[in-house]
Amino acid sequence: MPRVIGVDIPGRKRIEYALRYIYGIGLTKAREICARSGVDAATKADKLTDQEISKISEVLQGYRVEGDLRREVQQNIRRLIAVNAYRGQRHRRGLPVRGQRTKTNARTRKGPRKTVGAVRGKEARSAVKTDAPK
Amino acid sequence: MSRSVKKGPFVDDHLMKKVERLNQTGEKRQIKTWSRRSMITPEFIGHTFLVHNGKTFVSVYVTENMVGHRLGEFSPTRVFKKHGAATDKTVALK
Repeated sequence: MPRVIGVDIPGRKRIEYALRYIYGIGLTKAREICARSGVDAATKADKLTDQEISKISEVLQGYRVEGDLRREVQQNIRRLIAVNAYRGQRHRRGLPVRGQRTKTNARTRKGPRKTVGAVRGKEARSAVKTDAPK
Repeated sequence: MSRSVKKGPFVDDHLMKKVERLNQTGEKRQIKTWSRRSMITPEFIGHTFLVHNGKTFVSVYVTENMVGHRLGEFSPTRVFKKHGAATDKTVALK
């Protein structure tokens, strides 16, 4: 298993696909990188020569990937929260940011269901109260 | 589709005029506005706007980081007041 820029270990696939295991590289950029480094996109990642790997790493320097990219994304979110924009508030509350409905669905952002509101029956209510006092 | 760069950022004329007047005189006064759709441009920095949210005016102090956002983004139109727990009173209403 060859290593490209440190941590990434793409498998026994054609490099155009193996490169996608790097955070921030999709198919388009992967093909772009192959073309720019002059490596045949069809060669298996295992079959790459050291020279080709170093060439790819070199080309990758021109892209923001992995940690840098993750940090940038986090920074953008932090900025939205800091200026108190609507999107920042949605991030803060863990709700969908782009105007999706929240009456139903939105489970990806909201996480597992948490029932709130009406509890029927007197016994059931007092049980809830003792479970979770304010 | 995003707005054409050629046109520049959208700011309502009446708002821009007020901001420019304040900038010329070096005055600092709150600007009351309903123009939630206006983009915050660099000229706005340091001013305080009272942005209408449909009911009241929310005070928004513009900082450098806010450039490129719209005034409305800082003046929420909905206020979430937590879900009511089932109390004896609410049950009695049924």
